[in-house]
Amino acid sequence: MIGFIFKRLLQSVIVMLTVALIAFALFRYVGDPINNMVGQDTTQEERAALKERLGLNDSFPVQFGRFVKNAAQGEFGISYQHRRPVSDLIAERAPATLELSLLSAILAIAVGIPMGVYTAIRRDGWLSRAFMSLSLIGISLPTFLIGILLILLFGVILRWLPTFGRGEVVQLGWWSTGLLTTSGIKALIMPAITLALFQMTLIMRLVRAEMLEVLRTDFVKFGRARGLPDRYIHFKTALKNTMVPVITIIGLQLGAIIAFAIITETVFQWPGMGLMFIQAVREVDIPIMAAYLVMIALIFVVINLIVDILYYVVDPRLRVDRAATGH
Amino acid sequence: MRQLTRTLTAALIGGTMLAAPAGAEEFKFAFQGDAQTMDPHGLFETFTLGFQRNVYEGLVIRNDKMETVGALAESWENTEPNVWRFNLRKGVTFHNGNDMKADDVAFSVDRINTEGSDMKVVAALIKEAKVIDDYTVELHTPAPNPILPLQLEIFYIMDKQWAEEHGAESATNVAGGDEGNHANLNANGTGPFKLASRQSGVKTVLEKNEDYWGDIPTNVTSAIFTPIDQDATRVAALISGDVHMAWPIPVQDWKRLESADGVKPLTGPEARTIFLGFNQDDEELSTSNIKGKNPFADIRVREAFFKAIDIEAIKKKIMRGAATPAGLMIAPQINGFTESMNDRPALDVDGAKKLMADAGYADGFEVTMDCPNDRYVNDEKICQAAASMLAKIGVEVNLLAQTKSKYFGKVLEQNDYDTDFFLLGWTPSTFDSHNVISSLIACRGGEDKLGSFNLGGYCNDKINGLTASIQSETDQEKRQAMIDEVFQIHKDDYGHIPLHQQPLSWGVSDAVDVVQRPDNAFDLRYVVVK
Repeated sequence: MIGFIFKRLLQSVIVMLTVALIAFALFRYVGDPINNMVGQDTTQEERAALKERLGLNDSFPVQFGRFVKNAAQGEFGISYQHRRPVSDLIAERAPATLELSLLSAILAIAVGIPMGVYTAIRRDGWLSRAFMSLSLIGISLPTFLIGILLILLFGVILRWLPTFGRGEVVQLGWWSTGLLTTSGIKALIMPAITLALFQMTLIMRLVRAEMLEVLRTDFVKFGRARGLPDRYIHFKTALKNTMVPVITIIGLQLGAIIAFAIITETVFQWPGMGLMFIQAVREVDIPIMAAYLVMIALIFVVINLIVDILYYVVDPRLRVDRAATGH
Repeated sequence: MRQLTRTLTAALIGGTMLAAPAGAEEFKFAFQGDAQTMDPHGLFETFTLGFQRNVYEGLVIRNDKMETVGALAESWENTEPNVWRFNLRKGVTFHNGNDMKADDVAFSVDRINTEGSDMKVVAALIKEAKVIDDYTVELHTPAPNPILPLQLEIFYIMDKQWAEEHGAESATNVAGGDEGNHANLNANGTGPFKLASRQSGVKTVLEKNEDYWGDIPTNVTSAIFTPIDQDATRVAALISGDVHMAWPIPVQDWKRLESADGVKPLTGPEARTIFLGFNQDDEELSTSNIKGKNPFADIRVREAFFKAIDIEAIKKKIMRGAATPAGLMIAPQINGFTESMNDRPALDVDGAKKLMADAGYADGFEVTMDCPNDRYVNDEKICQAAASMLAKIGVEVNLLAQTKSKYFGKVLEQNDYDTDFFLLGWTPSTFDSHNVISSLIACRGGEDKLGSFNLGGYCNDKINGLTASIQSETDQEKRQAMIDEVFQIHKDDYGHIPLHQQPLSWGVSDAVDVVQRPDNAFDLRYVVVK
């Protein structure tokens, strides 16, 4: 097990270096940051001097090498726009993104799995059909459109919820949370639903398909023949066996939720890392872009690792195999 | 006037006291970006400086009618051609309680000369600051400068003692090396508002400065600023009442604001002139099918282009009637503007075709046009329209519209002005014609370092001499004559094609009164919550 984790960690370093390399190669096509950092009247000499000071005149390998060396020490440089260390900015913005992502994930799982189970058991019920049709909307409408529609309905027309931002936040040490104030919770509702909707429908459809598959298997039939109650068969026997692929997808989707919170954050002006990244792209704030991409790669790598470990927990066969081969 | 303002203010404050508990006027506003820094010498950019002006102040300030009036200086005079003497206002304190004195002015002059400063254009105007006594300071200029006070609104004064206490004697360096620069995140000015809290890119809260020296209309006690990137979100925030004011509002959303309750668009001509320019400098155009010569070097081609542009169509179809067609490179609000010169040659497609034929391009030619797509109001659409209008005289325009970072990275001096035909906009930061002439119209590449934004390399030998004279001429009438002369030469040469002044596009709640400045800066001094 430890050897396995170590091997995966080694792989992840390579993945992250590759992401950083590709990202750096792309930055050259994003535009020139200097013009966003100085005013219109700044002279060419000043602009050239600034470019030199930032090390933007160095060759690509030199810039990349410097980035890797600093990043290895947890140092991501100074944001061109905020003029502050990128690591501080990310630490400041991370709670907003994580809070939103985790809540969305919980929402997606808590609603998606029961809906999936229900639609699998009551395949022809009218409620199942309604769920299935609704899920089409969730899966086909782009996130930003859902966000804007929600804003229009609940923000502009009904005026129940704030149209943007995070409301009042409470500082708990270095973590800022919006969960302790009314305005914070109100502000969280629409972004969380927007972000969760796609995952929710995905999970629901996946659970349903897997469930239908499992319900047809022999051991379920045996269970029924033994006279086990439906409830036991559905939730103990069948659901447990559908969970392996579902956990994989949920795990990977959690990474996706954090990474693609970008769109939701932009629509709701949610002050998280995704919004900061979008602003950085527009202003060619290379230090932020580089740090963000590497960090997202890290999150994916870590989540994948956790998912792999969870397999062992959920699927006894893997444990048996390992034991049998003497690991 | 002052008495009147005071009475008005008193009346307004009295009025609001009846309506709401005293001391609780909250004002929320949103812009598409954030003020990049709180350091008053960190970035020479309209929005950032405009935002800071609520907290910091310069020697002079522009009032609601854009007249330059005294702020930290009560009066000033040009004692010698190279010397301006400023008499400072007494009894002004910084937010930390320190008195504002001549030392602070001299210190601020030093500070804008430090490495991280983006105010070096201002620094270049001042050779030396001489402290005469606590409340008198002389600014010595490198050459006679009749308009120095007009150029100083955006030069903010910082407290010397505060800067020294916090190790912020140098301007925040964008290249790093001084990451905790206190002045980047904190502020200590003399302005009507104090910085209460700030999270860059997220939220900035300003609170009323109870000890403010001036009489200003505002009754706002707390101002909360949030940058909102997305146009749709910004408009929704305004309509739903989550903010009292938001800008810019997309021109196409004006109708939505008009039909919504409690909000309205507030528009007016911006001081920014949008224009087209040609590469007249190179031997041949790199993006054209014409080889061996440069069609834009021929004045007839430039004239034909001018006459082929249907400015009324652009105004009506793209700008929803809200642009002000321009014949000059400056807006009416700019010092040196002469109304009688602001006419444009009439739209004349047949005449343009004939000019093209006379120049030897009866079949037209191909050229690539550079255009930003997120910098000016409907910039890409204007370029598309211009391209289709030019197609009528046989010119095939390949439009390269891209984001501002890419666009400016391509066309500016650092990339050797890599453009043959372009759209650009300009607001002179000084509100004076000299800035436009020296940056956009004067010949570039000379020792005088003029014309650095003359992207097409337009050049008429007479202009650089005149530019220097305009800079130093103290007789306003003679100066105006020279400004007119330059603009006439430029006009006769068809040096650029001025298009229009784009509209300012703010959205304001009916619950507040605001004053719109033509440079699109926003001043809380004039915000009254009803």
